[in-house]
Amino acid sequence: MGSIKDEVAIIGMGCSKFGERWDKGTEDLAIEAAYEAYEDAGIGKEDIEACWFSTVMSALIGVSGTIAADSLKLGNIPIIRNENWCTSAHIALIEGAMAVASGAYDMVMALGVEKLKDTGYPGLGTGRGMHPVYEARRTAPGSFGLIAQRYFKTYGLSDREGRETLAKIEVKNHDNGSLCPKAHFHNKITVETVLNAPVIAWPLGLFDCCGNSDGAACAIITSAKRAKDFRPDPIYLKGFGISIDSMLPHFRPGFSWTSFDSLLTSSHKAYEMAGIKNPREELDVAVVHDCFSITELLIYEDFGFSPRGRAKEDVDSGFFTREGGLPVNTDGGLKCFGHPIGASGLRMSYEVYKQLQGKADLPERQIKNPRLGLSHTFGGPPQISAVAIFGNEKG
Amino acid sequence: MNTVGIALCGSYIPTFRLDRGVIANIWGRTSIGGERSVSNNDEDCITMAVEASRNCLIGQKKEVTEGLFFATTSAPYQEKMNSALIAAAVDLKREITTADFAHSLRAGTGALKAAFDSVKSGSMSNVLVAAADSRIGYPRSDQEQAFGDGAAAVLVSKENVLATLEGSYSICNEMIDVWRNPEDTFVRTWEGRFILGEGYTSHMKEVVTGILKKYDLEPKDISKAVLPAPDIRTHRRLAGELGFDVKTQVQDPLLSHVGYCGTAHSLLMLVGALEESSPGDTVLLASYADGADAIIFKVTEEIKKQRNQRKLKDYLDQKLMLPSYAQFLSYKGLVETVPGEPFRLFPSATVSWRDRNSIIRCHGSRCRNCGTLTYPIQRVCYNCSSKDNFEEVSISDLEGEVFTFTLDNLAGRSDDPVVVQTVAELGEAKVRFYGMMTDCLPSEVKVGMQVGLTFRRIYDGAGMHNYFWKCRPVRKGGNK
Repeated sequence: MGSIKDEVAIIGMGCSKFGERWDKGTEDLAIEAAYEAYEDAGIGKEDIEACWFSTVMSALIGVSGTIAADSLKLGNIPIIRNENWCTSAHIALIEGAMAVASGAYDMVMALGVEKLKDTGYPGLGTGRGMHPVYEARRTAPGSFGLIAQRYFKTYGLSDREGRETLAKIEVKNHDNGSLCPKAHFHNKITVETVLNAPVIAWPLGLFDCCGNSDGAACAIITSAKRAKDFRPDPIYLKGFGISIDSMLPHFRPGFSWTSFDSLLTSSHKAYEMAGIKNPREELDVAVVHDCFSITELLIYEDFGFSPRGRAKEDVDSGFFTREGGLPVNTDGGLKCFGHPIGASGLRMSYEVYKQLQGKADLPERQIKNPRLGLSHTFGGPPQISAVAIFGNEKG
Repeated sequence: MNTVGIALCGSYIPTFRLDRGVIANIWGRTSIGGERSVSNNDEDCITMAVEASRNCLIGQKKEVTEGLFFATTSAPYQEKMNSALIAAAVDLKREITTADFAHSLRAGTGALKAAFDSVKSGSMSNVLVAAADSRIGYPRSDQEQAFGDGAAAVLVSKENVLATLEGSYSICNEMIDVWRNPEDTFVRTWEGRFILGEGYTSHMKEVVTGILKKYDLEPKDISKAVLPAPDIRTHRRLAGELGFDVKTQVQDPLLSHVGYCGTAHSLLMLVGALEESSPGDTVLLASYADGADAIIFKVTEEIKKQRNQRKLKDYLDQKLMLPSYAQFLSYKGLVETVPGEPFRLFPSATVSWRDRNSIIRCHGSRCRNCGTLTYPIQRVCYNCSSKDNFEEVSISDLEGEVFTFTLDNLAGRSDDPVVVQTVAELGEAKVRFYGMMTDCLPSEVKVGMQVGLTFRRIYDGAGMHNYFWKCRPVRKGGNK
């Protein structure tokens, strides 16, 4: 695989307020994110030559890219819709970056919008498989509960030990989210709150699961050599990795349930392109796919943040808190910021972008002197993964 | 041996039982005593017949079966061949004769007699006869307590028969005593003394007396009289009046702890009798509905052969108690439940048809190149990527262990809120199966727990029923 390291930069980003936005429609959310991005980049809609548009559930039937055209009046440019479950927005962003790197376009937009609250989608992720029989009663918490159960068994954690470890991850994410104005949830919690909450899919309880939200996020992408024409602090794309694996790893012979090939492959490809040898040491911030507490734990290990089977030690020591060695989900993650499926990848990149610019919305949650950051989504059944690595300097 | 008879037999009683006192208490009346079987909310007469048939044929070569006759009064489809679905789930070959026998509690013995005639005539050499029923009595009625759910299957053959057909006798009688109209949920009856006196008892006496006379036998010549009956008192009185010794000559009518299983009951009791019989025994089977059938069997030395079937006795010993009348009502579909997370994908007749070998027959694929066995059928091998180079392998009889599971509180119905999502490793090849677990207490599920597969009705949508396989705990020996 080739490399587009440092060839493309993000010069503007926007992110709507996430939450139950009953009074705002799909188009309102798109406008909220896109106009913040225009302003941030100092450009207007006439500068956009192509758009990669991501949504999963906003329209249950095919809509192509017309939502972006209708809301932003982007008419008569290519608008390419991307649907890859939870990784949709990441892949839209990466596709846009590749289009710029190819030289076909000078400036493109990646836009992710999800309006779950118009679809009757309940508060918790209930993603559904695609087969009417094999996956008839599959839910998202159920799928990730299978992972947690196997992880505890494999590494000899009692239910109590395992659940406590997972609870600490959510205590951290709620602490981070409490400082994030655009996040869906702002409440701080304790380990006891998590352990005593209703069970959703044993061993996962209510606080192990992220909420479903409405939201949108947007990025304006141009070539690295033009980037400083627009702003002094563009953020460069250092590397990316995408891995789309089986819809149903459930039936795969020998599948471990404690490590996912798509996580390993997507992160390794991204590290390789970015020239990262030791992610635990070299990354300064990571915003990863914590759809469930167990997912974040698994990512620590598959991404090489923690040694295999020993993420618990890093969780216990606070390694992933804002003050720790590698702050993870500094904006509260999916757990608190919210998870509008087709927008999340761009929201996570928004957080990394702002952190790398030193422009976190509240100074108390700004990471000190970050250089390299990673954003990541993991989706579907769960076997599809997308990683993007950003830096605030070339080279 | 060229004598037609029964070569194999198997029963099935659903796992759940309801203490009849629970029903009685709700209605402020007295219990008729004991408990009744209740099919789970994912069971119907199709799935129960599949269970009994798989139990009957376990360890046997299925290719020899050339026919399947199915009897019930509670078929899920009014128009569509139920026996064809059962034959597929049991994984019988395609070149067979299937037929549904319906509309009467005598359809079980009717199907059995038809199978004997088919085999005797030489038109088929082995015919599987399955019967299952799941009837509902009116709320507060005696029948509500007395009925049970169950199934039985026997293989009729000329080879290796464990009981030979010695003779039969039938009478037909038009009478409105017990019936259901097409729109009825509950079983209707005319006045009790009329239906028991002029209907049941009178005709059972006539048919038993008739067959004994026809074959020049005395009541004392019968080792076991199998007399399906609607209630215990009527059963005991009939047996006595026919001259049988109730203690030694009469087969347990299953009424006190299972209930009256309608069309299946005659075969169910017959299976129970055969499983307890010895070579040389003479077994008399009679069944009633608009007349009566009687059949006499002679048990052979084959009965002593060790078999792998789960016996009726095992089913009686292994059960879970249904905790409430409310669950009984919802399991029977008499009250609506809030569905779990709604199904976004309606079943598709084309998908079910195209994937029938995986979905219904439970076939996986074994790669001819590397030997990897996977379920469902994969055209490209997971392991070596060989394309279209596999043989289909049935995995429905494999047992194995729970690899991981979760107790999912979002997926279930309101009467059964926890769905046990399960990933299992089955057989020596460790085939991965993902599905729901049924007939279990969520609290008993552990990684490493022994499980097998069972065919269940998973949901209805688009106006049709969707059937698929689920995991089920392997219950050997006694149950808690």
